[in-house]
Amino acid sequence: MLFTSYEFIAFLLVMFLLYYLVPKKFQWMLLLVGSYVFYAWAGIHFLAYILATTVTTWLAARQITRLQEQQSAWLKAHKAELSREERKAYKAAGKKKTRRFFLACLLLNLGILAVIKYTDFFISNINGIFGTDLAFMRFALPMGISFYTFQSMGYLIDVYRGKYPAQDSLGKFALFVSFFPQVVQGPISRYDDLAQTLYEEHPYDHRNISFGIQRICWGFFKKMVIADRLLVAVNELIQNPAEYTGAYVLVAMFLYAIELYGDFTGGIDITIGIAQVFGIKLVENFERPFFSKNTAEYWRRWHITMGTWFKDYIFYPISVCQPMLKLSKVSREKLGQALGKRIPVYLSTSIVWFVTGLWHGASWNFIVWGMLNCLVLIVSQEFEPFYAWFHRKFPKVGRTFWYRLFQVARTFCLMSAIRILDCYRDVPLTFHQVGTIFTQGNWGIFTDGSLLNLGLAAADWVVIGLGVAVMLCVSLAGRSGSVREKLAAKPLVLRYALYWVLLVSILVFGAYGIGYDASQFIYNQF
Amino acid sequence: MKKKRFFTVLIALCLLVGSLWLLQRLLMPKYINDIIEGRLISEYYDNAGGNDVIFIGDCEVYENISPITLWEEYGITSYIRGSAQQLIWQSYYLMEETLQYEKPDVIVFNVLSMMYDEPQNEAYNRMTLDGMRWSSSKVESIKASMTEEEDFISYVFPLLRYHSRWSELSAEDFTYMFQTKKSFHQGYLMRVDVRPVTSYPTATPLADYQFSDVCYDYLDRMVQLCRENGVELVLMKAPSIYPVWYDEWDQQMEEYAAENDLLYINFLELVDEVGIDFNTDTYDNGLHLNLSGAEKLASYFGKILQDTYGLTDHRGEAETAAAWQEKADFYHAMEADQYRELEEYGYLKSYGGRAPEEE
Repeated sequence: MLFTSYEFIAFLLVMFLLYYLVPKKFQWMLLLVGSYVFYAWAGIHFLAYILATTVTTWLAARQITRLQEQQSAWLKAHKAELSREERKAYKAAGKKKTRRFFLACLLLNLGILAVIKYTDFFISNINGIFGTDLAFMRFALPMGISFYTFQSMGYLIDVYRGKYPAQDSLGKFALFVSFFPQVVQGPISRYDDLAQTLYEEHPYDHRNISFGIQRICWGFFKKMVIADRLLVAVNELIQNPAEYTGAYVLVAMFLYAIELYGDFTGGIDITIGIAQVFGIKLVENFERPFFSKNTAEYWRRWHITMGTWFKDYIFYPISVCQPMLKLSKVSREKLGQALGKRIPVYLSTSIVWFVTGLWHGASWNFIVWGMLNCLVLIVSQEFEPFYAWFHRKFPKVGRTFWYRLFQVARTFCLMSAIRILDCYRDVPLTFHQVGTIFTQGNWGIFTDGSLLNLGLAAADWVVIGLGVAVMLCVSLAGRSGSVREKLAAKPLVLRYALYWVLLVSILVFGAYGIGYDASQFIYNQF
Repeated sequence: MKKKRFFTVLIALCLLVGSLWLLQRLLMPKYINDIIEGRLISEYYDNAGGNDVIFIGDCEVYENISPITLWEEYGITSYIRGSAQQLIWQSYYLMEETLQYEKPDVIVFNVLSMMYDEPQNEAYNRMTLDGMRWSSSKVESIKASMTEEEDFISYVFPLLRYHSRWSELSAEDFTYMFQTKKSFHQGYLMRVDVRPVTSYPTATPLADYQFSDVCYDYLDRMVQLCRENGVELVLMKAPSIYPVWYDEWDQQMEEYAAENDLLYINFLELVDEVGIDFNTDTYDNGLHLNLSGAEKLASYFGKILQDTYGLTDHRGEAETAAAWQEKADFYHAMEADQYRELEEYGYLKSYGGRAPEEE
């Protein structure tokens, strides 16, 4: 059930109506039923995967909490009788017991993800390296498996670390894993952020519902008016690489960046808006990433929940694990303090970006994409002293609007250039295509009307241009606070006129129905 | 406060619905000068009632028979409920709908659509279904006709289907937002130009000549519906030489008609008797007849209908005669205008003809 399908809109309407009609204590149960109906729509057999993750994680987390509580109670009861060493030994033994459940559950669920998502990638590499002809498994990828697995494992790790106790109710935990607006493409929520708002009773709140619907419409606008219209030109450019080289690759690069932004942020807007209509507050996943002045800032503002997940559950544990601490010690001894302390940090960063790339997809282009991001981050870090020197030398330059604009444009170009790997999905082809930008010299395409032969007419480009301008204005307005709050303070007629324009723009200019391929959200495939 | 908010939301909703309705009217295709057959189905409702004969089927009915000739020569009142590539279930539901408006003596169904047993083309579906008024027949017809790419909701709210026409709007869309143009003669689409038959189609052998059960099922339902309403059902195959009407198909229709005690006439076998000359009586190399051919066929068929079913000659009824005289005047005026255009431009400029250089 695509977010942009009529079925989904009908499903939402039914859910909204029922949600505020049923007794409030049943609201979360309704959401659970709705979430499973939504999930089963993609294929009833996929329920087995999400159920397996839900049940095993719930059981393991409960067992971990039970053991932790037992150990804590025993220690409290025997505090006076035990020496410090005995207490330490008891805690270590207890940790060992909980670790068994933790690791078993972690390996099982990551194993499911790995087998389903990466087996064919593994086989293709084996075939490539050893010249074998192993058959591909071609597992059907369950909807949102990367998202719900990461969300569940985040919960398991937190419970294991004693951040909060496990959820007693299987139903409530199942809702946390499967909450339908976010199961497809995130955001990857944390249990302690989501649990309370997800399970508490929500009375009808006109403002919340109005704001939620506005956010949903804004998401539809970005997805259907901008992203899906651009998709026609992007597909034309990407699917015919031999025909579209040189300046066309540059065009593809920037169009894809805008398309992906409209698609992904539009999808997240719809997700957060739907949750808000139910009275549920989800964490934000974007914070105007294209206004970032450097790559590190960009990655703090783009797909925020994924970034923080990797930071909290991969980067930090790797950074403080025993082998890394040993490496840190050795490298500082051998290479000196300055360089030596950076080695383990860069190694951890590289591992995180390798996994980030792999998380996005089982192919080398994603891995190379991840490693290029890592390279840019490390190089930026290494250039930090130079930047500091520059700003000391020319303090006024760094504070000018034009310098900030240069930084924003540089980051946007850099990120767009790296992301082109996502388009061609073939590393050598991507590098070849990017190389032609510098050798082809076909810059005339920007003026000779060639861009009108990419499947979009002049009128389409006007709609895209206006849509992007509106998106930019909303982003700029959003820097100083919620755009919807600001809108709510405007005179009623103006407000309603703007709502009308937004709705009619979606209905009339949206790329949907006959003549347009119903397009899946790009991040659904991850 | 709550009351004020309620009325604000109510007024806003009314304005929204009203503006969306206007947008929908604007964006829906008007079929005024191009593909005018898109208007055929909707024109019926202004002419419903009082017809002795109703013709139902695809282009082989709305381009091949002249109801005005039936009137002028036999006093038979008739209407053609035809539309482009009308599929058999669409014909059935149109028949069902028509019987809600009137009870003719005879319904003639053109059997070419027996060759299609599944939805074919969204554009043709639209031309048949958009023009129908809402009824259970329309709902069922939509459900039976939708191709995989279609959604029922876009028939309920055609704005969802035609929204992308915003970039091709013309003055015609604004002019005909709330009005239409009269172009047909009791469902007949007139063309006076001539493009003779230059070759006859080769009958490519088929793997299976048997008509599908789906088609027979709808044909059975037509027979049943006509019996329940006391209407005589006649099966016809118009004298269009494209697409090929196989002998095996003809045999099946003959057998079906015999089993169900129906009259079945294959006019392809009666071309000489009807007097059709494919050098002068077709405007598109034999796919459809022109006015001359349509009048010849009506003249021949009218006699069969009158002789077989004893249809009343209404020419002596003052009120009916006056109404039909008006229709005949419009018919002959258009005929004259088409001949004028043909002479002036060499093609039917305002009637869907193609300029010689486009050919």
